Amino acid sequence: MGSITLKQVTKTFGDVNVIKPIDLQIHDGEFIVFVGPSGCGKSTLLRMIAGLEDTTSGNIDIDGQDATNTPPAKRGLAMVFQSYALYPHMSVRNNIAFPLKRAKMPPAEIEAKIASAAKILNLGDYLDRKPGQLSGGQRQRVAIGRAIVRQPSAFLFDEPLSNLDASLRVNMRLEISELHKTLDTTMIYVTHDQVEAMTMADRIAVFNAGVIEQVGTPLELYQTPINRFVAGFIGSPKMNFIEVEAVDGDPTSCVGVRPEHLKVTQDKGLWTGKVGVIEHLGSETFLHIHVDGVGPLTLKADGDCPLKYGDDVNLTAPQNKIMHFDAAGKTLPATPFSGN
Amino acid sequence: MAMNNSNKSKIIYTALAWGISGMIFFPILWTLLTSFKTEAEAISANPSLFMFDWTLENYSDVLARSPYFNHFWNSVVISIGSSLLGLVIAIPAAWSMAFVQTKRTKHLLMWMLSTKMLPPVGVLIPIYLMFRDFSLLDTKLGLVIVMTLVNLPIMVWMLYTYFREIPHEILEASRMDGCSIAEEIFHVLLPLALPGIASTLLLNVILAWNEAFWTLILTAANAAPLTAFIASYSSPEGLFYAKLSAASVMAIVPILILGWFSQKQLVRGLSFGAVK
Ligand SMILES: Nc1ncnc2c1ncn2[C@@H]1O[C@H](COP(=O)(O)OP(=O)(O)O)[C@@H](O)[C@H]1O
Ligand SMILES: [Mg+2]
Repeated sequence: MGSITLKQVTKTFGDVNVIKPIDLQIHDGEFIVFVGPSGCGKSTLLRMIAGLEDTTSGNIDIDGQDATNTPPAKRGLAMVFQSYALYPHMSVRNNIAFPLKRAKMPPAEIEAKIASAAKILNLGDYLDRKPGQLSGGQRQRVAIGRAIVRQPSAFLFDEPLSNLDASLRVNMRLEISELHKTLDTTMIYVTHDQVEAMTMADRIAVFNAGVIEQVGTPLELYQTPINRFVAGFIGSPKMNFIEVEAVDGDPTSCVGVRPEHLKVTQDKGLWTGKVGVIEHLGSETFLHIHVDGVGPLTLKADGDCPLKYGDDVNLTAPQNKIMHFDAAGKTLPATPFSGN
Repeated sequence: MAMNNSNKSKIIYTALAWGISGMIFFPILWTLLTSFKTEAEAISANPSLFMFDWTLENYSDVLARSPYFNHFWNSVVISIGSSLLGLVIAIPAAWSMAFVQTKRTKHLLMWMLSTKMLPPVGVLIPIYLMFRDFSLLDTKLGLVIVMTLVNLPIMVWMLYTYFREIPHEILEASRMDGCSIAEEIFHVLLPLALPGIASTLLLNVILAWNEAFWTLILTAANAAPLTAFIASYSSPEGLFYAKLSAASVMAIVPILILGWFSQKQLVRGLSFGAVK
């Protein structure tokens, strides 16, 4: 079991209100990602769930029991830290055994658990080394090993991949997703990287300045963001935002078009611009197009896009892919858009 | 071959370093030499550095006149006892100051340090009276307590500085792994801070060994450590420089040996963790 309910949870450091009242229901077995820009309070909320930070007000229930003031050791949760936080004076074996020894598990059982964790995480050859003798990826695996042997009711990850290099990050991402499928245990995963969020999550909670802007599946957030912040945060490259003149009876103050929905057209189109920098990725091409009176727009084209720097282009987008936002940034129901 | 600038400055610095250490060491050398002189030579108006009649008489006199080994044992008990007791109190204190900081932690640390800036005479009378009323005068227990309290601010400060260098997340990981606070300190903090704890222990053994103010005031015969033993040669029947020197050498040597073997650890300790 591993369902966690946050009820009107807040946190203040001194006079600073870091977490505004947050309500969130985390279901048993789901992989939920907290994503948001740096400093928005993701780690703080995760640490409050872990019990490493006090909760200023509100309640945290774990499996239906109020755990707001339960010490971390008694919450039955396991955490994987960004810095791995391995015990440098203990071998890999003893690092993994540590939580089991604290739980007074018999030695034979501990051995069996270590063996099975080492097998799942490919750590067999390193059990007698100290963490200092391991690479970043191996340390990460030990940290995960130390977490899984306890069979916690939920795993908490705080940016676990941000200290790894890019290719290793992709591998570990897959391994963690795989682990979630095998263990079928609740995982709460904090990251500032929306690609990690989109690729790993069952559900994503988008954070901004201490509040959750929206919670939903990756596709819900991509297709129906409730405001401009979520629309801009989810998706890569970022959505293009185009400010529009206020018109009587239409509250739209800004429209948004994702780069993949922006198209070059031979007709007049909605906007006209000049091609700037072109980024070829092989499978696709990103064009940065300067549009007078609007600013730069990013367009995602096929890999073999024939346009060159300095070309004049007309741009358009399907009406149902153009999002409208009001002055406060809230998403409006789609209305026909005819340029400004 | 012309000497380049860096070589020249190296020579100057080396000469300076030797000069200064010579100046610092000279009184100790003088004491050592005096301890081998006769009393007459020791107070001679025309002292000779090495050319005198070397004698061990002072040492045998001193050993015959006073129970050196009693004093030595008292010094050992008081300095090691107070340092160990101090650690038992300072470790949890430094843990909370390093890892559970509040708005007031910094002020508390400053206040503790400020007690070291007060002249101890300021509390002489109350402490003396308390010792008298609790029958702690001239007991080793009494001195252990006083030395612990006198050195506690330094111990807490040193440990605090070491603990601050230990990544907080490692301690948090142990909390997540099911440790109580005592287990967290015992299984994770202490092993990681062991070099710092060793330095703290050593430095405080030395400080307590050399402390003279309280030991002179609060002891008579039974609990008197080596500092009181030295002092006893400068009072009753006038000054006996040679015997005083012999007593001093005998008091200094044990701590000098300890200091010699723990040099590296001590330098690290005194740089307050700045050198890793
Ligand atoms: N112990 C603390 N004391 C004071 N402010 C803190 C503390 N921890 C975090 N903060 C502040 O809380 C805000 C949120 O921090 P954090 O949760 O780490 O953000 P994120 O993980 O989303 O990058 C930041 O502005 C940070 O400076
Ligand atoms: Mg963070």
